[in-house]
Amino acid sequence: MLGYTLRRIIYTAPVLLGVSVVCFALVHISPGDPLISILPADASVELQERLLVLYGFDRSYIEQFFLWLGRALQGDLGTSIATGRPVTAEVMRAVGNTLMLASVATVIGFVLGCFFGFVAGYFSNSPLDKAASAAAVFGVSVPHYWLGMVLVIIFSAQLGWLPAAGAGPGGSSQWKFDAEHLSYMILPALTMSVIPMGIIARTVRALVAEILAQEFVIGLRARGLSEFGVFLHVVKNAAPTALAVMGVQLGYLLGGSILIETVFSWPGTGMLLNSAIFQRDLPLLQGTILVLAMFFVVLNLIVDVMQSALDPRIKR
Amino acid sequence: MVQSNRITIAALLASSFLTLPVSALAQDKILRIGMTAADIPRTLGQPDQGFEGNRFTGITIYDSLTEWDLSKEEEASVVIPGLATSWEVNPEDTTKWTFTLRDDVTFHDGSPFNAEAVVWNVQKVLDEAAPHFDASQVGVTASRMPTLRSARVIDEFTVELTTAVPDSFLPINLTNLFMASPTHWQAKFDETGDAESAWAAFAADPSGSGPFRVTSFAPRERLEMVPNENYWNPARTSSLDGLVLVPLPEANARTAALLSGQVDWIEAPSPDAIAQIEARGFTIYSNPQPHVWPWQLSFAEGSPWLDQRVRHAANVCFDREELSILLGGFMGAPKGSYEPGHPWFGNPSFDIRYDLDEAQRLMSEAGFSDSNRLRVKVQTSASGSGQMQPIPMNEYLQQSLRDCYFDVELDVIEWNTVFTNWRRGATDESANGAHAINVSFSTMDPFFGMVRFTSTGTFPPVSNNWGYFGNDEFDALIAAARTAFDAEERDEALATLHTRIVEEAPFVWVAHDTGPRAMSPRVTGVVQPKSWFIDIAPMGME
Repeated sequence: MLGYTLRRIIYTAPVLLGVSVVCFALVHISPGDPLISILPADASVELQERLLVLYGFDRSYIEQFFLWLGRALQGDLGTSIATGRPVTAEVMRAVGNTLMLASVATVIGFVLGCFFGFVAGYFSNSPLDKAASAAAVFGVSVPHYWLGMVLVIIFSAQLGWLPAAGAGPGGSSQWKFDAEHLSYMILPALTMSVIPMGIIARTVRALVAEILAQEFVIGLRARGLSEFGVFLHVVKNAAPTALAVMGVQLGYLLGGSILIETVFSWPGTGMLLNSAIFQRDLPLLQGTILVLAMFFVVLNLIVDVMQSALDPRIKR
Repeated sequence: MVQSNRITIAALLASSFLTLPVSALAQDKILRIGMTAADIPRTLGQPDQGFEGNRFTGITIYDSLTEWDLSKEEEASVVIPGLATSWEVNPEDTTKWTFTLRDDVTFHDGSPFNAEAVVWNVQKVLDEAAPHFDASQVGVTASRMPTLRSARVIDEFTVELTTAVPDSFLPINLTNLFMASPTHWQAKFDETGDAESAWAAFAADPSGSGPFRVTSFAPRERLEMVPNENYWNPARTSSLDGLVLVPLPEANARTAALLSGQVDWIEAPSPDAIAQIEARGFTIYSNPQPHVWPWQLSFAEGSPWLDQRVRHAANVCFDREELSILLGGFMGAPKGSYEPGHPWFGNPSFDIRYDLDEAQRLMSEAGFSDSNRLRVKVQTSASGSGQMQPIPMNEYLQQSLRDCYFDVELDVIEWNTVFTNWRRGATDESANGAHAINVSFSTMDPFFGMVRFTSTGTFPPVSNNWGYFGNDEFDALIAAARTAFDAEERDEALATLHTRIVEEAPFVWVAHDTGPRAMSPRVTGVVQPKSWFIDIAPMGME
């Protein structure tokens, strides 16, 4: 187990290096001026050139890349051009906010997804299956930013029950797990959960239907095992795949849904990316993408290790 | 029955509990504003995020030597004394200006404002050798005061500013240089040990001399301020309990936040939501801004716009009132880059209006007809700061101009790319063969409003004269305005320049933005001037 885990950790190193190269290249080949956020279009040529030198954009791409990588390896992702604040602190604050939202959304999505999936799988081709599958298809298909807007219109603008935007009355830095603060999370978390809910439900439904059709289930029932006992066996067999899907979904959600975080002004990675893209803030963009990619890689690593713990055949 | 009652009570308790934070906050005299910016504009003295930055973290926290008069709704907003009570140019050497300063101003940290503070604030963006020089503030500042070079203390409350060339626009440019506290910055420097960290610490805990001082700052989420009780101008000493800025970049989220009582004021409400907002008792304020939404025309060889009749025809071929309906009424119909009544409007002989017959006559005279149509290509964006609604607006023009024998092709590209191309000019590859570019601009300053589009010295890549419009006549008019040091003479010279610009029509003037904002009826004392800015200090809350 330890050997497998170490091997998986070693495999992540080239992936991360590749990610850093791709992320640097993508950000730099996109059109537009890297100083556009601090330099109006009417700035003089002299001023443009002066600032390019001051910010180090006059150096070759290779030199810029290795300087950036060298600093990144020491935990310094540079300084945001637009705000002058350290990128590492900006990204980590946003990651914390997104992690909080994504975790709640994943739990909601996982619980509802598993529920609908098991119901649909156990009662395959019945009206219950059709209803649960319809809920899953709705989750996968509905544009979540649209759903977010509809929820805001109903529960904030019309009923006035829940806040429309933000991460608490005093911002995320003063976040507390009390009812007042949690009320800010309800709508974005619900909106964010519909996609993982749909995907997990569809996956679990297929798994359960497949497992129930296997001979060992007939054998279990023939030996007189209670239906709950059979259910536990089904859960154990479905769990590795469901967990893998959940891990991938959590990874996606950690990337922060740009649309959902923008609709709800939730100060997470999605909103940070949105802002960095529109301001052409290269250090912030590079730093955010790199950290998110690292989270994705680490999350996959954790899921792989968990899967192998649940199903030792995977190690082979 | 008992069960049903329990459920009802529980639901009521839950709903009143969830609504509590919103309604409880609304009882204070705390003005909460939902901005369009995705982040709090920089707070260290020179804000980013364009003029929205100056509006919310510039003139609130800081003062400048000269300021815009934002107290009038009907008249044009003009420059008035701020921290400087008077100024004059040296008649012997017109690159030197003497500014006399107020002697009763202190920064929020209690340190005095004086001539040394002015010199320090000039150095922060212009003197690379100064310990407090900050490259991140240079871009947004130096480009807005392009000729200022240095400052020198004459005595405690007198300072001399030097420009690179004689420039009568300097007092207007200085509205963009905000005075931060040198003492407070030094304290931050002593704590942190380096200039970059000191500025970061200063931004988190800023000190200016403006009508509001910062009490709490959560990057990207909210900025909280309270009135500066010791403010030097009683007319701008706020009666509010507090001021909170919240970035809400998404229009629907802003509207929902207003309707749910989370904020009291939103910038740029979604046009579709205006009727609902008004029906719920909120007030919409708007007023034409010094902003132009144009087609900037190419005068490069082979351009169809080289013929003045074609330029005039395009300007009178579409109905701006109809376009205004498309924009929910939130659009000003331009008569030029400035409007009648503005000191720089002048007396142009060409009247920008809707006159289809005249447009068709001009096009016929120029040799075009329904069977010999003129093909023009316009580069634009799908969105962007100040661009209002570029796609529907351009499509409206495309359809309208068909009646005047124009076939308009739209080249829609990403906003930042259009913005970058604006500096490269009509003959550059980036123009993609376009004969006009659609980038909106501010006209608050004569350089930005006129000079950069009409001088031969501002041809690309120097500045934004994308279409290469300019000649000796315009260069002479610009020089006359730049060297007219009496304010009235300068305005007269600028009016002559604007008159000729309108007559020559290097633009198709399409619209002025009106800067709509929606406010709760609790907000009182609101004056929406003809400006990009609005003064929050005199406002109150019921």
